[in-house]
Amino acid sequence: MTTATKDTPMVELKGVKKRFGDLEVLKGIDLKVERGKIISIIGPSGSGKSTLLRSINYLEVIDEGSILLDGVQVNRPDLKGLAFERHINHIRQNMGMVFQHFNLFPHLSTLDNVTLAPRKLKGMSAGSARELGMELLERVGLADKASVYPSSLSGGQKQRVAIARALAMRPKVMLFDEATSALDPELVEEVNLVMKRLAEEHMTMLIVTHEMAFARDVSDWAMFMDDGVVVEQSTPDRLFTNPDQERTRNFLRKHLESQAVAHAHF
Amino acid sequence: MDINLMMEITPLLMKAAWITIDISARALFFGFFIASALVALRTSRHVPIRWLARAYISVVRGTPYFVQLLLVFYGGPALGLRLDPFTCGVVVGAFNIGAYMSEAIRGAIESVDSGQNEASRSLGFGRLATLQHIILPQSAGLMIRSIGVLAIILVKNSSLVSIISVVELTYQAQRLIGSTYKPLEVFTLSALMYIVIIYAVMGIVEFLYRRATRYTYL
Repeated sequence: MTTATKDTPMVELKGVKKRFGDLEVLKGIDLKVERGKIISIIGPSGSGKSTLLRSINYLEVIDEGSILLDGVQVNRPDLKGLAFERHINHIRQNMGMVFQHFNLFPHLSTLDNVTLAPRKLKGMSAGSARELGMELLERVGLADKASVYPSSLSGGQKQRVAIARALAMRPKVMLFDEATSALDPELVEEVNLVMKRLAEEHMTMLIVTHEMAFARDVSDWAMFMDDGVVVEQSTPDRLFTNPDQERTRNFLRKHLESQAVAHAHF
Repeated sequence: MDINLMMEITPLLMKAAWITIDISARALFFGFFIASALVALRTSRHVPIRWLARAYISVVRGTPYFVQLLLVFYGGPALGLRLDPFTCGVVVGAFNIGAYMSEAIRGAIESVDSGQNEASRSLGFGRLATLQHIILPQSAGLMIRSIGVLAIILVKNSSLVSIISVVELTYQAQRLIGSTYKPLEVFTLSALMYIVIIYAVMGIVEFLYRRATRYTYL
């Protein structure tokens, strides 16, 4: 195990490959995310961007390469069974994951959704967990919803609670897997606002998104993925306005067109 | 109908009904542990273990309960397995209902959206902790309802243990018919008692179901 210094990248991927049967969805991805930086990953459906994000959290098991979180290797082919289970549970406590479909726990109140992990995994007392939970709900603007159940929240509110839940473990990095894709258009902004605030607090973030304007606005670095490879990466300004690659240009043009069509229908 | 006779035999039938409840409750209790073990075996990392659990379930589901009872009670001694009738009824009942119940439990667990498992694992919960804190609380409602249906079948199937001379409700009814020659009265009364038992089971199931799914209407 290596010792992390402040120059150690927060997340590092080396030659990551992933296959689903015969289909290679990640064809050797290299990526470095410095601490406090925000990386956006864009690309068409099926480009492998979600798989990439899920691999970092080991929700997808990679076939080749290595993934490091703050200098600690995430995938450990040398560990088997329970030893690996303990290792990965520990690693995951340092990563917050936000899902497209929120995946809030419907049998728990909003506050309990946020405090369950710190109570059970960190042994936090009910009192301090409550304090932490309320503070986080406050931060996402939902302190008044602490005692209600997820079924009575709007999509935007659910996603904000899901962000608070992920933050409750004090993660080193936050992974957003199309966090606003399932939301009605008018609810996207409130979630984006919470993410922006996190960015301002220098949380390290990897964001898989279809929100080009948001990605451009909030990220330090942007990547375009297609067909399992990183086609192009640069500063967001450059990637979104003046990309080098034809494939990137095509994707962005098509995306703009579909947005224009969507707007025309309103 | 001979009402006087019915009044007279009620205490005797009630005593036998208690045996029906007793044998069913015990079979359900032990069956639950057998079912849980089967669910665990079916998710084992080792293929032969998974296969064994599935084979067991197939055999139990593929043969009549009646035959299973006769096989264990009359065939068991040849293999050194000597059980008194009541114990035999409990054991065969438990192993029989356990196979069905394992499918009910598995179905309820699998009904929970896979996103719940992912969310829990992504927070750092292990497999068992996820089952305990996230999956079981959400599958409990469906599990209770399915097990409730099986409990009703178990109570009714318990009438079959009369064949190995356990003095439960049906056996007692047959004995009383032998001495009174009034099958209509005796069977009507015993049928009523089954209905009362089944309604009680349904009431308990509904109560537990509501408790388990309280969160859905809070």
